[in-house]
Amino acid sequence: MAQIDTVIAAQRFGLGARPGELAAIGDDPRGWLMAQLRAPQVIPAAFGNMPSAADRFVGYRELVQERRLEKQNAGATAQSATPPAKDAFAQLGQNLRQSYRADASARCQAAIDSDAPFVERLVQFWSNHFTVSGQRPIALGLAVPYENEAIRPHVLGRFADLLLAVTRHPAMLLYLDNAQSVGPMSRFGAQRAKGLNENLAREMMELHTLGVDGGYTQNDVRELAKILTGWSIAGLGRPGRPLAATPGTFHFAAAAHEPGDKTLLGKTYAEAGEEEGVQALQDLARHPATAHHLATQLARHFIADDPPAKAVAILERRYRDSDGDLGEVTRQLISLDAAWQPAQQKLRTPNDWVIGVFRAFNARSADRGLKALAALTQLGQLPLLAPSPAGWPDMQADWLSPEALMSRIDLAQLIGRRLEASVDPRQLSEATIGPVLSQESRFQITNAPSRADGLALLLVSPEFMRR
Amino acid sequence: MFSRRHLLLGSLTLAAVGAAPLHLALADAPTDRRFIFVILRGAMDGLAAVPPYGDPQYRSLRGALALAEPGEADGILDLGGFFGLHPKLTTLKTWYDAGEALPIQAVATSYRDRSHFDGQDLLENGTAQPHGSQDGWLNRSLAALGGQPRLGLALGDEMPLIIRGKIEVASWAPTNLAQADSGFLALVQAMYRKEKPLADTLQAAFAADDFAARTLGNGGMETPMAGQANTKPAGRPGGAQLAMFTAAGKMLADDQGPRIAVLDVGGWDTHSGQGTVDGRLGNNLAQLNAALAALRQALGPVWDKTVVMAATEFGRTAAPNGTGGTDHGTASAAFLMGGAVKGGRVLADWPGLAPAKLYQGRDVAPTLDLRAVAKAVLRDHLGLSNEQLAQSIFPGSGAIAPTTGLIRS
Repeated sequence: MAQIDTVIAAQRFGLGARPGELAAIGDDPRGWLMAQLRAPQVIPAAFGNMPSAADRFVGYRELVQERRLEKQNAGATAQSATPPAKDAFAQLGQNLRQSYRADASARCQAAIDSDAPFVERLVQFWSNHFTVSGQRPIALGLAVPYENEAIRPHVLGRFADLLLAVTRHPAMLLYLDNAQSVGPMSRFGAQRAKGLNENLAREMMELHTLGVDGGYTQNDVRELAKILTGWSIAGLGRPGRPLAATPGTFHFAAAAHEPGDKTLLGKTYAEAGEEEGVQALQDLARHPATAHHLATQLARHFIADDPPAKAVAILERRYRDSDGDLGEVTRQLISLDAAWQPAQQKLRTPNDWVIGVFRAFNARSADRGLKALAALTQLGQLPLLAPSPAGWPDMQADWLSPEALMSRIDLAQLIGRRLEASVDPRQLSEATIGPVLSQESRFQITNAPSRADGLALLLVSPEFMRR
Repeated sequence: MFSRRHLLLGSLTLAAVGAAPLHLALADAPTDRRFIFVILRGAMDGLAAVPPYGDPQYRSLRGALALAEPGEADGILDLGGFFGLHPKLTTLKTWYDAGEALPIQAVATSYRDRSHFDGQDLLENGTAQPHGSQDGWLNRSLAALGGQPRLGLALGDEMPLIIRGKIEVASWAPTNLAQADSGFLALVQAMYRKEKPLADTLQAAFAADDFAARTLGNGGMETPMAGQANTKPAGRPGGAQLAMFTAAGKMLADDQGPRIAVLDVGGWDTHSGQGTVDGRLGNNLAQLNAALAALRQALGPVWDKTVVMAATEFGRTAAPNGTGGTDHGTASAAFLMGGAVKGGRVLADWPGLAPAKLYQGRDVAPTLDLRAVAKAVLRDHLGLSNEQLAQSIFPGSGAIAPTTGLIRS
């Protein structure tokens, strides 16, 4: 049993064993996980000197501005024969794609290299919970910096702090449109006939905190949207204007804030500007529906698509008793028997599987992150490009389609062929999933017609596809 | 041209696993009619797609989002004096003029909250509750048609809920991946022998792959948009979307092919920068328009036996929000298209846009249940009975009668 637990620690809680990892976990898998929670949390080296979200925002605005000017100039010089020096629009797209590729590769590399893969999984889990997706161009260059700035520092802290950091981050304020939301009765609202945008308010209650059945109404959405008016970013206005804060960072625009008292979920928030939102977020974080929603999401990710009610209830109680301390909740999760059942009830998502493949092969080439990203492109799960604010789905029914399975098999054979010379499939399968390998899988891997096929079979074996 | 997986469908597979023959023997298919459902995910703005420009409130209520009158530059495409089509929906206008497109207004599911995810879940599961069923109403329709495997087809990497369920469904997505060889696939198949979900999924993949090779040629990779088709859809429209609509048309055009298909089109959640003709929404409509044209072309003469239904989970606020977009609303527009559709008119019990007529003072009020339209297609086009529709396909929908007169007899 203890041996099976090492694979559970490495694959269900972590990101899949690298060669040597099972041995390092040894006979104390829970201790191995706990040690990761105790260790000082640092930004992985793979991210190097990645620019901040604020820098990225400024760069984006400058390029957009350049494009605008160029368009004007093109109009003015239409009669002259001078062609435009360069197409700033194409440049904008190219810059965005390049920065995304670099960011997403670094993210893959951080996961492949991680010595604290449980923490890295938690970062990815919470980042998906609070999805910012580069499907909207403005968010494309901000999403990975957002993950490091707003998510990573708080995954073992208080949920209220995580929620606040996420909600004040420029990536979220732009992705869910709050940066431009204006109170209709505010000074801006009166001057410019601008108004409310309820996108962030709704998704915050539906996805981030209470859950869709958490008991809020359309009116609560409006009220929370009003509370959050003014939560914006410095540097959104026309260039050349004086700024109240560093461009690309959070800025409370009092002139856009809807004046007056607001009532959210039966509680009245007296007019208090920015502080209203801080209070409302605290209250949402403490709400019992939030405890239930978060406990369910965690249990679904770590235990089963349809998690046992008892496990959810225990996590929920821990959340409430600790005032939303995610470190406490995470430790409770590790202590649950339900989380250590030998049956592998979760299908690895493409992201999980690809990272697991690169870890199993102990990939060390300089472009390992980029290669993992290419694989994820094929499998249709690009990091931080989820199709909606709900993030990537987490259940087998969402990922086990015929086409998706065949794509993994195609990719596995390709990888097996490329790596054939260096690795013995029998050794690698023992070193990564040996204790859980079925007779059937071991037989096929051992008796494969070639080392390449043996390696590929390991990667698509049921025990490697699940966690 | 043989698929590299073709062999597996023959003796090798049979010898190895003792499985039943897998070729798509649909000579005894329960129907030769085709039904394609297009899910417009993200809440399409029905007032932009099918503008009621004759409504006295239209121009003032829509403000900056109002489209130009018919006849003006980039103007609305007129549909008989009151409703029109968005100027990018030129293909739909051609079909409308030919009596082959039926725009529908003020239609909604029974869902009255404003969560995308619950709204889509209800649209797809066919009950009156989000998460009311683990399988989708198209899968239950396949069961009602006799339950033959692979009579249904999902385009794209993910299998949408609407067609998930007990009956095996084929799926296809464009790929540029080097493909695993059949020898290796046989080993994987043997390894999965005792792993039911994986084994079943693999088997379905073989069947779909073989069929795609036959209908699309060149191992399923050749499409009219060869240059663009070889990219995986990462939720982004464009080449991959066009490739999927084309592939759906080709596969459904085959006599031995599937009869029911589902396609996904995203990008409708226009909270900001929605625009009129060329904004986020206009671009999305233009792409949908091109994809529908490609679908019709690929279907060829089978178009005459086809109904395409496009619908969204809910509409958007009637008035613009504060950021040049629209927020989540209630009723929206939907479309029936195809040679089997009795079109050339707009189906609407128009509630009006006056403030008192708006649902909760903000949204277009629903006056038609989307199930009435879907039931009409399933009954009058695919031949399912009222009883099947009210009990298994849309459980508890007995009070919602199928709309009559939507399908050519």
